[in-house]
Amino acid sequence: MVKYCELFATFFRVGTFTIGGGYAMIPLMQREVVERRRWMDEVTFLDIVALAQAMPGVFAVNMATQVGYRLRGVAGSLVATLGNILMPVAIILLFATLLRQYSHHPTLEHIFMGIRPAVVALIAAPVFTLARSSGITWRTLWIPVLAALLIWLLGVSPILVILIAIAGGFLYGHLKHSS
Amino acid sequence: MIFFELLYTFLLIGIFTFGGGYSMVALIQDEVVVHHQWMTSQEFTDVLAISQMTPGPIGINTATYAGYTAALNAGYPTVAAVGASLLASLAVILLPIILMLLVCRFLMHHKDNPRVAYTMRVLRMAIVGLIAAAALQLLTIETFGTPSFNRHFISSTIIFAVVFTFSYFKIRNPKFKFLSSPILLILLSGTAGFLLYQI
Repeated sequence: MVKYCELFATFFRVGTFTIGGGYAMIPLMQREVVERRRWMDEVTFLDIVALAQAMPGVFAVNMATQVGYRLRGVAGSLVATLGNILMPVAIILLFATLLRQYSHHPTLEHIFMGIRPAVVALIAAPVFTLARSSGITWRTLWIPVLAALLIWLLGVSPILVILIAIAGGFLYGHLKHSS
Repeated sequence: MIFFELLYTFLLIGIFTFGGGYSMVALIQDEVVVHHQWMTSQEFTDVLAISQMTPGPIGINTATYAGYTAALNAGYPTVAAVGASLLASLAVILLPIILMLLVCRFLMHHKDNPRVAYTMRVLRMAIVGLIAAAALQLLTIETFGTPSFNRHFISSTIIFAVVFTFSYFKIRNPKFKFLSSPILLILLSGTAGFLLYQI
């Protein structure tokens, strides 16, 4: 049986060395969990990836929760998840306190004047890559466009948009399935 | 009491985030900047910059930093703000973890149901719109400058175009993957900002 401390250490390392969001964590986690430690086979790992994508929440945390659960039950899932987020949270807090202290320093402000438009671009680019991978066609283009306009122009809550999408998708699937 | 509001808000954000970090960023932005007005759009952009440069999931990082800044802006001392940041990051993962464990136990076999499959497909498309709205809301005059022939606006537009191009074309050619890493792009734009505005 896998030891808790081993589980914690593995996910601590994966969490610490992942930069650039949850999906960057997949190859790292796969190397640790499948290849190095041989805790599960490739197919099980891919099932975990698929379910982590389908469920709400933070992708990397969903991964850690599932791997931990399969190895050591509920306690294992908590150990893996905490190990995964401990270092990121500590580092971001350090940055937050430091930045707060020097936020009015002119040099730092100038650096951030350069960074801000880059950040907007980093959020805008995945819109177009995701549009491709989510299977949007000319016939379904109205769905993301309507969602964006509702939120951006009319101030509709994104949560409401998600609820409508869930209801609409379920209804469509239901009608299509029963006919 | 900001702590209860943070707890409630981030529990909600956690359970309604589908499809990865950027959709969580969209939800956090709407709640924290538009709805509760705990911070300005510009402060939120800075939070995003730091969240992308430091290790870990971007959703957790943004939640941690947003909780911290929200408490400080509401006038709480640093210790309370650290507490608020931990509260936000735990709240955002709590409900998904519980749901995940329940699904692992009971619901695994529903994933091939056509209703569930269609729901996921429509949801994924709507999320693209969600992230687009978040990007549109970040296009502010504070970040880009007033649209005219001035240094701030022209520099910002060029930085945006370059970073967007590199970030978008990363999937096309894996050979240049290192050029499109967010951390490198942010560091380069920071250097550009220093050279453009400081000197």
